[in-house]
Amino acid sequence: MSATTAYNEKVVRQFAVMTVVWGVVGMLVGVIIAAQLIWPALNFDVPWLSYGRLRPLHTNAVIFAFGGCALIATSYWVVQRTCQVPLISNKAAAFTFWGWQLVIVLAAITLPLGITQGKEYAELEWPIAVLITAVWLTYAYVFFGTIAKRKTKHIYVANWFYGAFIIAVALLHVVNNLAIPVGWTHSYPVYAGAVDAMAQWWYGHNAVGFFLTAGFLGMMYYFVPKQAERPIYSYRLSVVHFWALISIYMWAGPHHLHYTALPEWAQSLGMVFSLILLAPSWGGMINGIMTLSGAWHKLRTDPILKFLVVSLSFYGMATFEGSMMSIKTVNALSHYTEWTIGHVHAGALGWVAFITFGAIYFLIPPLYGKKQMHSVKLIEAHFWIATLGVVLYIASMWIAGVMQGLMWRAVNDDGTLTYTFIEVLSATYPYYIVRLVGGILFFVGMLMMAYNVWRTALPEQEPVAKAAAQAA
Amino acid sequence: MDINTFRGLITVVLMVIFIGIVLWAYSSRRKSDFDEAARLPLDENESKQEPAERRHGGEGKDHE
Repeated sequence: MSATTAYNEKVVRQFAVMTVVWGVVGMLVGVIIAAQLIWPALNFDVPWLSYGRLRPLHTNAVIFAFGGCALIATSYWVVQRTCQVPLISNKAAAFTFWGWQLVIVLAAITLPLGITQGKEYAELEWPIAVLITAVWLTYAYVFFGTIAKRKTKHIYVANWFYGAFIIAVALLHVVNNLAIPVGWTHSYPVYAGAVDAMAQWWYGHNAVGFFLTAGFLGMMYYFVPKQAERPIYSYRLSVVHFWALISIYMWAGPHHLHYTALPEWAQSLGMVFSLILLAPSWGGMINGIMTLSGAWHKLRTDPILKFLVVSLSFYGMATFEGSMMSIKTVNALSHYTEWTIGHVHAGALGWVAFITFGAIYFLIPPLYGKKQMHSVKLIEAHFWIATLGVVLYIASMWIAGVMQGLMWRAVNDDGTLTYTFIEVLSATYPYYIVRLVGGILFFVGMLMMAYNVWRTALPEQEPVAKAAAQAA
Repeated sequence: MDINTFRGLITVVLMVIFIGIVLWAYSSRRKSDFDEAARLPLDENESKQEPAERRHGGEGKDHE
């Protein structure tokens, strides 16, 4: 009996390790392109290394490779544990792993070659998009099939969030990638003009809402209670904020297209929904943070809990900021400036990466039959260096963004622009350097994590050899 | 029907659905079910590695 009820930890382990590997790769590319913005010569006049090609490589690597592997790893772990059954099919689960890695490798080859649909976060050409669909539908089968044969009465709330993430991403991916192929490496979207832009940002914003939010909230609803060793603060609030979040997010996309050819009413609709969105977003944040009430002392000693709780603080900050930036008059200042980049990274580094770090540090020891990570002190160091990195990153981009927005809109008495574009660019340089420093710190933290994971994964050393190694 | 009447009705319907979800979630009849669900990650089946660690008697279903 025990053989049949053994959880599939192999696929979780594979995805967890690749989360770390792709995290290193994706963040390294991020550091390189941050440096290229300061020293353009760093592309070495090689087309494959040009900013325009490496930037989508960075975004795809951190979102879909690092974030995607983390989401699939944790969802497989959580769904088995909270449904108390193994995955419905180990073969299908293995297909999702190898299929997803193939997608990532193909992205890493085609994007530097300049093969792209040119849609932000949906750059990959149609053959890869078809492969993604196949992998994703298999993933949905494994996840929902496992829920269907659960032994527990309830479907735990984390699985609701993971489930919404899986369904929504399937829908978004298919609709936004509808295209007419004209050869293996080129295609034309079925949409045109403003409709194409709206389809793209309906996709783009919901990629944020469902891939980078709902999925990671699923992670939060399992790992925060687990690490704090107490149930979620309010299960009722989790139910209400789930339904509110998924119904409102779908309509917020037009805020990416303020003051464009998109109809005025659609822009206003997007703005209003983005403002309403603050309520369920903060519902989730409060629910997570309040789970620690009565256990705050654990924050002092437990770096994994630090990662999880600080991620929620960044989530609250980034969602507040996002709602404010969707207001048209604020957006008139912030759009197309570095403020947007700062906002994205408050969410991507502070929320998504931090909660991932917490979850992976939680998972790696049991996946390798260990009690804890090789070095808890190193987790603590990772936490502080990463926090410093994020703060430098977003603070520099806030200042740079507001400065750019103000300089671009400044006009002389005769109506001419006060500043040339190049003047604004040279004023931005110092902030680019601070951002690069922040990015390097965050990347160094990622390397510390990779080392820690590698040491934890090693087979147990002989006590004598271990003592000798420590003495050396 | 005038399109704006339709839009108004949709708003009312969605509002009613939302209030319905809130009332449902916060009704006292749901409390015991939700408390049970909230304990799922903490009472989970650890039988593979550490059977002794199962707290609160577990669900008892894992050995059926």
